[in-house]
Amino acid sequence: MGYSFPEEVLEHVLSFIDSDSDRNSVSLVCKSWHDIERWCRRRLFVGNCYAVSPAIAIRRFPELRSVSLKGKPHFADFNLVPHEWGGYAYPWIAAFAKAYPWLEELRLKRMVVSDEALELIAKKFKNFRVLVMYSCEGFSTDGLATIAANCRNLKELDLSESEVDDVSGNWLSQFPDSYTSLESLNITSLSSEIRFTALERLVGRCPNLKTLKLSHSVPLDLLPNLLQKAPQLVELGSGLHTKEVHPDLYSKLAGAFSGCKGLKRLCGLRDVVPSYLPTLYPICFGLTSLNLSDAPIQCPELIKLVSQCQNLQRLWVLDYIEDTGLIALAESCKDLRELRVFPSDPFGQEPNVSLTEQGLVSVSAGCPKLHSVLYFCRRMSNVALSTIARNRPNLTRFRLCIIERFRPDYITQEPLDVGFGAIVEHCKDLKRLSLSGLLTDRVFEYIGSHGKKLEMLSLAFAGDSDLGLHHVLSGCKSLRKLEIRDCPFGDKALLANAAKLETMRSLWMSACQVSYRACKLLGQKMPRLNVEVIAEQGHPDSSPDEYPVEKLYIYRTVSGPRSDMPSFVWTMDKNSALRSS
Amino acid sequence: MSPPLLGVEEEGQSNASLVASSGSMDCLSQSGSGLKERNYLGLSDCSSVDSSTITSLSKENKNNLNLRATELRLGLPGSQSPEREPDLSLLKSGKLDEKLLFPLLPSKDGICASSQKTVVSGNKRGFSDTMNGFPEMKSSGYTEGNWIFHASGSESESPQSVGQGKFPANSTINVMLSSRSSGAQPAAVNKEAPPKASQERPRATNGSNHNQITTNNSSSAPAAKAQVVGWPPIRSFRKNTLATTSKNNDELDGKPGPGALFIKVSMDGAPYLRKVDLRTYSTYQELSSALEKMFSCFTIGQCGSHGTPGREMLSESKLRDLLHGSEYVLTYEDKDGDWMLVGDVPWELFINSCKRLKIMKSSDAIGLAPRVMEKSKNRN
Repeated sequence: MGYSFPEEVLEHVLSFIDSDSDRNSVSLVCKSWHDIERWCRRRLFVGNCYAVSPAIAIRRFPELRSVSLKGKPHFADFNLVPHEWGGYAYPWIAAFAKAYPWLEELRLKRMVVSDEALELIAKKFKNFRVLVMYSCEGFSTDGLATIAANCRNLKELDLSESEVDDVSGNWLSQFPDSYTSLESLNITSLSSEIRFTALERLVGRCPNLKTLKLSHSVPLDLLPNLLQKAPQLVELGSGLHTKEVHPDLYSKLAGAFSGCKGLKRLCGLRDVVPSYLPTLYPICFGLTSLNLSDAPIQCPELIKLVSQCQNLQRLWVLDYIEDTGLIALAESCKDLRELRVFPSDPFGQEPNVSLTEQGLVSVSAGCPKLHSVLYFCRRMSNVALSTIARNRPNLTRFRLCIIERFRPDYITQEPLDVGFGAIVEHCKDLKRLSLSGLLTDRVFEYIGSHGKKLEMLSLAFAGDSDLGLHHVLSGCKSLRKLEIRDCPFGDKALLANAAKLETMRSLWMSACQVSYRACKLLGQKMPRLNVEVIAEQGHPDSSPDEYPVEKLYIYRTVSGPRSDMPSFVWTMDKNSALRSS
Repeated sequence: MSPPLLGVEEEGQSNASLVASSGSMDCLSQSGSGLKERNYLGLSDCSSVDSSTITSLSKENKNNLNLRATELRLGLPGSQSPEREPDLSLLKSGKLDEKLLFPLLPSKDGICASSQKTVVSGNKRGFSDTMNGFPEMKSSGYTEGNWIFHASGSESESPQSVGQGKFPANSTINVMLSSRSSGAQPAAVNKEAPPKASQERPRATNGSNHNQITTNNSSSAPAAKAQVVGWPPIRSFRKNTLATTSKNNDELDGKPGPGALFIKVSMDGAPYLRKVDLRTYSTYQELSSALEKMFSCFTIGQCGSHGTPGREMLSESKLRDLLHGSEYVLTYEDKDGDWMLVGDVPWELFINSCKRLKIMKSSDAIGLAPRVMEKSKNRN
């Protein structure tokens, strides 16, 4: 053969290839490339921490510097996954501690991280730089203190949306005085009082600090000082705002904000008093991202604020913005790419704001670059959805939540099948879709025939029969994640499309009609799937096989059944179907 | 509703029959929609189904459990009224089903063998056994379903209720029913981590269900106003955020208690954590009753006994005695990290400062306050 292409050259070439899928392709070219590639891969993304074991990952990629792991299924965000289900980071971190002493970055999502795990990170990785724990739990500020005390080169510490056992706010003081490398700090989820002096000193001595997202315990009057110490900030999450307006504070804030010439992303503004909003006006023009989903600002002030943000690309806001605010948004923010509108009163019976489908239609018409939408509202029509689809064929993410379940088209009282059908038909690059409202099997027919690029689909209270699920599983070629709750889908479609499940990352079904028998059969016949039955009522063996399981989580894996299941989770394996009940 | 087909005949045609024969799917869909109507919206439908119908369907289903076993159908009790085909053809069709259901996998004889085995074991469990077998299900002794119906105050129990209970999305029904019965508690129960979907064993009969369903019907429509776990799909942290923001902005909310305030509840010795929404209660009594119900089965120990309502009632009062007696007390961790006895401060203050709850054994809680024993005697 005489293949004499030097390894070093190939390695050098590969160092420019970051994308995981490209690297995977490279590794399939030939054995030699496979070998070279695995030695020079530095980043690994594991979308499901149980799809592969740490040992397997380490064996294949011996020189990783950065790992991302995801644990619990997405529906854990809505309390549908029992607390002790799993997703433990410790085994991974312990394995990495031995294999990757030079590990620099860990990004964990929906995992359980203990203080012991944090201690390992702090002590075993000498060059640790980035720790992101998004929506994680299981650790306390003690663990954070260890990180602060030991990670000399830490650049990024991000705890967004994690549940932290807030023992004390003193952990910040554990950063030694010699520590100056902080670039990004996100402590929004902490609730205990922070030592403000420690925070100020920290901010003051880290010249590269670009992102600072504070918890709501940091009072407003501290903000000007912080901002003055860090005028280079690019991203800011401000803390709690006081009720009264102090003229002093106002002018200090205004001055401080004007000093932050590079501020591009703003969030927080919890409990903001509208009178302080004008202090933000000088920076509005430079903002590309604005997250007001914690800020109960009413429509008029929102309009004033938003119409000055002509460069806005991302807006997260409460439905106080109302249709009129969204119309203003559509007129002013022509660069808008992503819009999320959250409900201010999700459990209220009656609408408390005048936000309807019209707001979304306006934005879809006025913002040509809009591609990502998450919208909570209380009414929708097929006509509106079709209009949105025609306006914005470039949509890649469309998540619509009509707050009341089973809501039909409010004009025609028909199901919303046709409207969502228009979305999948026109938006050919749609990757993520969440449905709501009254939906029959027809919508799944549309999704199956048009949703060829759809990767993630979330269903709730939709459909009539197995045919619906069958359409999705057989039609959506790119489907990776399917999560379903409270839909009348049963055994037939699941078993008929069993092979499809191996091409997906995971399938979640809760409160559906999949029988225990089907689960056992699936587990028996598909050894490369973990078919996890979650039954908190007791072992499913103790009831007839025809009975539906409470919750079902199926995912592909090369590691077989996991060994850390709690008492209410069972993996169906090849012995299940043969075991007598 | 057209006579539901078993789908046997059509599936004999070709591999694609599962896909192409919308006939069989329609049958499923029609019966499925019947199912759906009963479950989700269908309070009107529910009320029109009387207990006797369900009984008869369940009984029919008993006879067909065996026959259905090989068909890999779900066969929910009362889901499809079965046709009495000869056993032979059904067993054969069972084999056919397997092949078609797994077009990509080679069919093995072993599969048929195993399904026959399942049939045999299924045989052993007659319908009545199933009913009685329910208690055994709760090997972990932990369930929430019962409380919801207890809250609705119904006493009697019948096999039909089990049939009813097995429908999926039962949590939805429970919520709808229980929201009518007693405002705060069931909603709280429902808000916790896993909703109890299909395997609930409600103590209430259809009778009482119907009563409440009719009540629901006569009031506002749609009746799905009660809260369901995890719906609308908002992150908990966001829910808590709304709670705090609304608190501080009087001008915003004209209504009381808009947001949710989720906190964790743990119990000494219980393997599970729960989350409750403090805003759904307005008094200590409500919270306490809800927690009693939530953790009741666990307290009772190996509550394998869920047979007669009489026994269940006994367990409840026994639990009440336990909690109000001296075995367990409710404590909470406040903002400063101190563990305090629940009930000492005014309710509003409590929910503002409570970070988490814990049901402790009184013996452990003695250090908290000398009034533990006193308090527990004073209760009830």
